[in-house]
Amino acid sequence: MADKVVKRAMYKSSAKGSGIPGVLTLTRERFIFMPNDPSSSTRFNVEFSTIKGFRSSKESAKQALLNLTEDQGRNHFFEFENFPDRDACKEIVAIAIANSGEAGKAVPEKPAAPLQNEQLSTAEMEWRIKLLQENSDLQKLHKDFVIQGILSEAEFWATRKKLLEQNGTRRPKQRVALKNDMLSTKPLSDGQSNRVTFNFTSEIIHQIFAEKPAVRQAYLKFVPNKMTEKEFWTKYSRAEYLHSTRNVVAAAAEAAEDEELAVFLKQDDMLANEARRKIRRVDPTLDMEADEGDDYIHIQDHGLSRGDSKDVLEPQYEPYRRSFSQNLNQHGAVVLQGRIIDVELGDTRTVAEALTRKKQAELAKELSDVSLEKERLERTSRMAEIEDLQAPRDPPVAPLSIKDPRDYFDSQQANALKALGDTGSGGKLLKCSVSTHDAYGSIKEFISEIKASGIHEPLMNSEVALKVLNGLTQNISSTKYNLGRNPNESVLDRLPNITKEELLLHWTSIQELLKHFWSSYPITTKYLSTKVARLKDAMSKIYPKLQEMKQSVQSDLRHQVSLLVQPMLQALDAAFAHYDADVRRRSDRSGERINGY
Amino acid sequence: MSPPVPSKLLTDDVSLIMVLIDTNPYFWSSIESNFTFAKFLSHVLAFLNSILLLNQLNQVVVIATGFNSCSYVFDSSISVSPRAESLLPKLEEFVENDESLSQDNGSVDGVGSSLLSGALSMALCYIQRVFRSGPLHPQPRILCLHGSPDGPGQYVAIMNSIFSAQRSMVPIDSCVIGSQHSAFLQQASYITGGVYLKPQQMEGLLQYLLTVFATDLHSRNFLQLPKPVGVDFRASCFCHKSTIDMGFICSVCLSIFCRRQKKCSTCGSVFGQTQTQQDPSSSDLKRKTPSSS
Repeated sequence: MADKVVKRAMYKSSAKGSGIPGVLTLTRERFIFMPNDPSSSTRFNVEFSTIKGFRSSKESAKQALLNLTEDQGRNHFFEFENFPDRDACKEIVAIAIANSGEAGKAVPEKPAAPLQNEQLSTAEMEWRIKLLQENSDLQKLHKDFVIQGILSEAEFWATRKKLLEQNGTRRPKQRVALKNDMLSTKPLSDGQSNRVTFNFTSEIIHQIFAEKPAVRQAYLKFVPNKMTEKEFWTKYSRAEYLHSTRNVVAAAAEAAEDEELAVFLKQDDMLANEARRKIRRVDPTLDMEADEGDDYIHIQDHGLSRGDSKDVLEPQYEPYRRSFSQNLNQHGAVVLQGRIIDVELGDTRTVAEALTRKKQAELAKELSDVSLEKERLERTSRMAEIEDLQAPRDPPVAPLSIKDPRDYFDSQQANALKALGDTGSGGKLLKCSVSTHDAYGSIKEFISEIKASGIHEPLMNSEVALKVLNGLTQNISSTKYNLGRNPNESVLDRLPNITKEELLLHWTSIQELLKHFWSSYPITTKYLSTKVARLKDAMSKIYPKLQEMKQSVQSDLRHQVSLLVQPMLQALDAAFAHYDADVRRRSDRSGERINGY
Repeated sequence: MSPPVPSKLLTDDVSLIMVLIDTNPYFWSSIESNFTFAKFLSHVLAFLNSILLLNQLNQVVVIATGFNSCSYVFDSSISVSPRAESLLPKLEEFVENDESLSQDNGSVDGVGSSLLSGALSMALCYIQRVFRSGPLHPQPRILCLHGSPDGPGQYVAIMNSIFSAQRSMVPIDSCVIGSQHSAFLQQASYITGGVYLKPQQMEGLLQYLLTVFATDLHSRNFLQLPKPVGVDFRASCFCHKSTIDMGFICSVCLSIFCRRQKKCSTCGSVFGQTQTQQDPSSSDLKRKTPSSS
């Protein structure tokens, strides 16, 4: 695809109205409009990163329009001479907007807006098709809803933004980490002459700078005032070479002659500082002695021999010794830290400066971080404390604040009594005006009365007893007795035939209605909503019928009938509750929509 | 403790009845009809004697439920006289003791409630002792003859007793003497599978007692006793005290609210924000329907 498109176009500030003829130049980063009339002030140079979205007119439209919308809502309309011109521009705009990192912005932000004239970039369209082809479930859904017209294309994809975002072209490029090689500056010696060659690439330089701050500092100091870049690296290579010969004495001798070379040969002060700082941050309670059993620990260089370091060295050579494990650790730290700077590696000086800045920033941050120090101190005191001498530490809990539950139970009690239908005498509190003494007195009196006279004969009236017995057994004789006799006999059989048939009829009709009712949810179309309203009306007519039927049956059967009717009523109630909730929700939503526009 | 009986005689129709008698003096003074405590006592004594006569191994224990205390007043297994009238002196003693415990500041507000929770606990303790006496023991049940209104303060204690009875499969029968229903006893009988009865005619109390509560547990299986009425287990919300069947519950202290709260008014827990305000019929509402017979 072309990186740059130049087309003739008319610029308009609105879709209608006259335009200014000119030339539109589109690149991947920006679009530039130059009017034909050089005196006209209408000229643009706009970056695509400020462009929020774009639209274009349909193929069937009279004008070939392209509309670019800026972040601030400003619109740029371009009318092209023909559609192919417009489409070429549209394509590059689509890519440019996608590249500017504003993924998904090609789709206008309001998904509910009329989307018919939305035009997607070819890439986006292809991606969607690919997704559909890969996922048969998605394809089926798409077929069911979009092609049937239940959902529009945009609505369908709006819920699947995640899938779209996975589009590989929009993902930021993965950054390459540092190489895990050490000492990539292996000297190449041809074996015949005394020449030794070192190869430096920008990648290697970056690594050297990151691992050896002293070299970096020296570079910033010496180049280009004191020596050229080439001289600098030659010196560095010389130092490296001396190291690789493992001749500490020779290195010391050379360093004495050349102070610049000494920088490379001596131990890195900055590194040493950093190491000291790191050691300070080590948990003071770390028990180094615990590891002493591990064999390699007390061998010099941890058992990795690098040269004849076991030789006894005179103290003046000490700074020129370098331990392999130091290098190894430093290298590991740098690699793990990853690429901390974000500059092109071409320019050595920029790299060095950027690294230095970064390090200084880190240092400053660390120094200013008082809380870290405080935490360290706290930790030390906590670990070193003697438990016996400490005050008991209370767990950090919030005290429970629980209200007296009594007033709740009082109200619960009142409610329970209300529910039991205990009106009248039971509803109000029983009055008791007697004093404690009188109350107990009367009780004692009653007891002594019985004690003295014994049980009165007769204890109760036989009529009363018969009444009670009848009252207690009435229920049994009416329903239970009959029910128990024949296990095949159901409650329905005991009802009059008319009532029975009516009940069965109601049951089937209610079931039919409910089946249709529930299957219409969620209401997605106008058709469904009218259907539901129709069903609801039909159902509401059943209520009085049921009530009527209940009243028509004899009193002793009424309880049975109401037991049978209750589940019907419950099912209907549930349907109505759902209908009402849905209507409310709908009205809320439509209200929002009105406000939204 | 019960005298050693030949264990083979302890058949499944031998009962141990714990009878809780309400002796709340304020309640009995408030009764307007002529059904006095004396009449009540005579009916109960006749009933107890009949039970003792039904099976010679039947055992009756009476616990007096007073206003300030409760106490065992009769145990047929250790009583000198086999007749229940022998509880009267002890009952008198108990009433006097109960009076001495009450404060001297005259009358109480309203009728007050008797110590049902204490009496239930004592009954359960006694039953536990019987359970541990050996593999064969009389079938225990508890009968509450209760008239005083429920004491809301005893709610937790009573519910604990009820669940304890349910666990040891001891039915709690209740016969409500007063004019108002007792929600506690309704729940107690419902949960433990006992019978709840509120006699309509107090003059026929003995008839009620004999018809409904005299039979042993084994025979109950073959009888049609009064059906348990539907018990409304619905709770009332803490905020408006209205009974609700769906609501919001504090996840810390289980307080109930009828609408979403930012902070629990009982324990002070602050609730997090839910993701979306869904319609109230979904997810976090718990429905508790009143059970019906």
